[in-house]
Amino acid sequence: MPKLKINETEIEVAPGTSILQACEQIGIEIPRFCYHDRLSVPANCRMCLVEVEKTPKPVASCAMPCADNMVVKTNSPMVHKARKGVMEMLLINHPLDCPICDQGGECDLQDQAMGYGFDRGRYTEAKRAVKDKELGPLIKTIMTRCIHCTRCVRFAEEIGGAPELGAFGRSENMEIGTYIEKCVTSELSGNLVDVCPVGALTNKPYAYKARPWELTKTETIDVFDAVGCNIRADARGQEVMRVLPRLHEEVNEEWINDKTRHAYDGLKRQRLDRPYVRNAQGKLVPATWPEAFAAIARQVQGMAASSIAAMAGDLCAVEEVFALKMLMQGLGSPHMDCRQDGVQYDVSTRAAYLFNSGIAGIEQADAILLVGTNPRVEATLINARIRKRWLRGGLKVGLIGEAVDLSYPYQHLGNSPRFLEDVALGRSPFSTILKAAKNPMVILGAGALQRKDGIAIHFRARQLAENNNMIREGWNGFNVLQLAAGRTGALDVGFVPGQGGRGTNDIFSGIQTDHVKLVYLLGVDEIDAKKFGRAFVVYQGHHGDRGAERADVILPGAAYTEKNAWYMNTEGRVQAARRVVFPPGQAREDWKIIRALSESLGHTLPFDTQAQLRKKIIEAHPHFAKIDEKLTAPWVAFGRDGVIDPIPFALPIQNFYQTDVISRASITMAKCVEAFLMPAREAAE
Amino acid sequence: MSAPSNQNAKQPKTFAFTPANLAEAKKIMAKYPAGREASAVIPLLDLAQRQHANWLPIAAMDVVADMLRMPRVKVYEVASFYTMFNRAPVGKHLLQVCTTTPCWLCGSGALMKVCKDKLGLEGNDTTKDGMFSLMEVECLGACVNAPMVQVNDDYYEDLTAETFSRLLDDLAAGKKIKIGSQTGRQGSAKMGHKR
Repeated sequence: MPKLKINETEIEVAPGTSILQACEQIGIEIPRFCYHDRLSVPANCRMCLVEVEKTPKPVASCAMPCADNMVVKTNSPMVHKARKGVMEMLLINHPLDCPICDQGGECDLQDQAMGYGFDRGRYTEAKRAVKDKELGPLIKTIMTRCIHCTRCVRFAEEIGGAPELGAFGRSENMEIGTYIEKCVTSELSGNLVDVCPVGALTNKPYAYKARPWELTKTETIDVFDAVGCNIRADARGQEVMRVLPRLHEEVNEEWINDKTRHAYDGLKRQRLDRPYVRNAQGKLVPATWPEAFAAIARQVQGMAASSIAAMAGDLCAVEEVFALKMLMQGLGSPHMDCRQDGVQYDVSTRAAYLFNSGIAGIEQADAILLVGTNPRVEATLINARIRKRWLRGGLKVGLIGEAVDLSYPYQHLGNSPRFLEDVALGRSPFSTILKAAKNPMVILGAGALQRKDGIAIHFRARQLAENNNMIREGWNGFNVLQLAAGRTGALDVGFVPGQGGRGTNDIFSGIQTDHVKLVYLLGVDEIDAKKFGRAFVVYQGHHGDRGAERADVILPGAAYTEKNAWYMNTEGRVQAARRVVFPPGQAREDWKIIRALSESLGHTLPFDTQAQLRKKIIEAHPHFAKIDEKLTAPWVAFGRDGVIDPIPFALPIQNFYQTDVISRASITMAKCVEAFLMPAREAAE
Repeated sequence: MSAPSNQNAKQPKTFAFTPANLAEAKKIMAKYPAGREASAVIPLLDLAQRQHANWLPIAAMDVVADMLRMPRVKVYEVASFYTMFNRAPVGKHLLQVCTTTPCWLCGSGALMKVCKDKLGLEGNDTTKDGMFSLMEVECLGACVNAPMVQVNDDYYEDLTAETFSRLLDDLAAGKKIKIGSQTGRQGSAKMGHKR
């Protein structure tokens, strides 16, 4: 443990700690451009220079490890002079276009020039100009502003796993780019904008839209996948202007995927901003809230409770699902399901459907078996975590399912449930790897469970976990990767068929046989309208998509940025989302709608405020009181065996950019499909 | 100074090493331990350039990258960093005229003028017949025998406008020319020194 002195403060640090990190530990900020604590250290910007006693020259603190008896000065005249020199050097070729630069107000170069810049330039020669690069629909480039920190190059290579950016040429002629015309094909490409310390890479859809100081910043939670990325949504007035990642070491670190970041423009389009009722001519006409409720009440009255069914969709928060469950119980119907994809595996215990190891737990794993999943598009940040673990070395990954590019190498065991049985029974070469591993994991994707034989596959996976040392005190390697942000929470509050109740598939067959006459859809949009037959459909949600198109009554709800709500991510962590803007027009927060409707139906729910509702949730499910905690679920036997069909696993997400009502309404996402998916499809044809 | 820009170069679609060069490439790669194949990138690029009329098309860089299991962009970085890799077609004879201070003091300006007057070349360019390409370069380390010009792999030193002009004629005519000092100087011995 080296002991050193920094500005009169004695500090003892772990071996290998750089001077810059040591300074941060005692709260001294060192200016930097190229250094980023999650990337490799190139030490090429020279902004972090400090003075070390008995060394003749200033030292780049980001790359210099602390040594015993070092005496470091971070604010001596020598340091200041050196940094001023570096800053002047960086500004030689940097254009003075801050007033028209989107980075203005949140630019590292701008901020640090305040501390170390001269008040005027001494450079009179011609500045260099660099041709802008085309990096696709998400990243705008103004390459003349680039200061060659190479953070983007390192991010793309190390974290994105898409080494497509490079620094070409040398010295004065050095340029960052892709060399050949090419978009950056990573689902994490939006983060390049965040790591860029200047305005060279900026957010293209947000270009010239707003200044950081005009925005109201709200810390909230993302809903585009089940990872539950922590985000900050910036709004101006009643419009979400952009979405940025927020640091959460155990979930998304400081990255988000491109859908999370850029699909927000879908919030402004195709919105349901008033209730609608289908009239006698079969047309949806605008209505008032009382009219809409009355239309529903007319149907419900005189209808047997067993003719009413409810389904909850993928983006639903815990509150509205719980409220709807209470309403259904009040009406006396057990027919409800939150699994619109129709999966049927056993969800009687939490451990059966959670990502039990936890996202941060991946870093402890040394062997991972992926089954029927492509985490790169199903849960980008979980894939990034696996890649991070792989980069550290000593991780073996096996995949049963469609062979896809995961950005790290893996052993492809084949695409058939047969191989899962082989591993479970110790007949596969990968069993040896799992047996030898200290912390083995299996990740079961929706592709493996969204099948008729999903129940049996779920059961075999449990067998596999138990036979391979995955379940023990302090480690649970059995993981189900959920796709939907609302799914885990809905399963947790038990939005599944009650005693004698119908699940998704039975609701549809019930519609065909006229046993189910009214279906209440809470944000359910991924179902073919034909399946609803002659049933009366109530749709509550925020976008005019498949569900609303079929509906007989539409109740306009709030999107994830428009309500205070709880979401539970795939690892079972409850996180609180906050309202960024108000729902448009007459749309209301979803729990309020259900509460108001319950009164019209004569089964008034016993809460008037969200706080009371949350209290009810906690009474029924105490673990919801523990916000932002990864709770381990006890391991109990679950599932049942059955016949497994040998057909190969199919991947549930073919189009990463358009998976739900919001991203389907987003123009940016449509552009991404055109830029990233179409060329790949054409190439494949 | 960098090699002529690659912006408008007509890129061939494919590139493949000749069997002889492929064997040579394998030999070069075998010099490095397993997993460190990428170390062979510069010699392999050189091999590819020599095979392909003294310039490196993108297809060749891709072939090298795939052989060495490197990301392609890393090979582009290497090829664009080193000025001895030409990323656009060059003439049969690539003239690298040194204009750094010692050569300049000893008359490299006159050599540049010969290029302009005789070949019509100014700056980095190639003659229409594809015979000569001119590249103005920094010090090539032959200052004692300044001024000097490197033509493809060989140095021609102690040049004057006349000897350089004759040299160009001879190159164009395909004559064999003495490499090194054009004044009969032995190596870089003192001027007028006789053994």
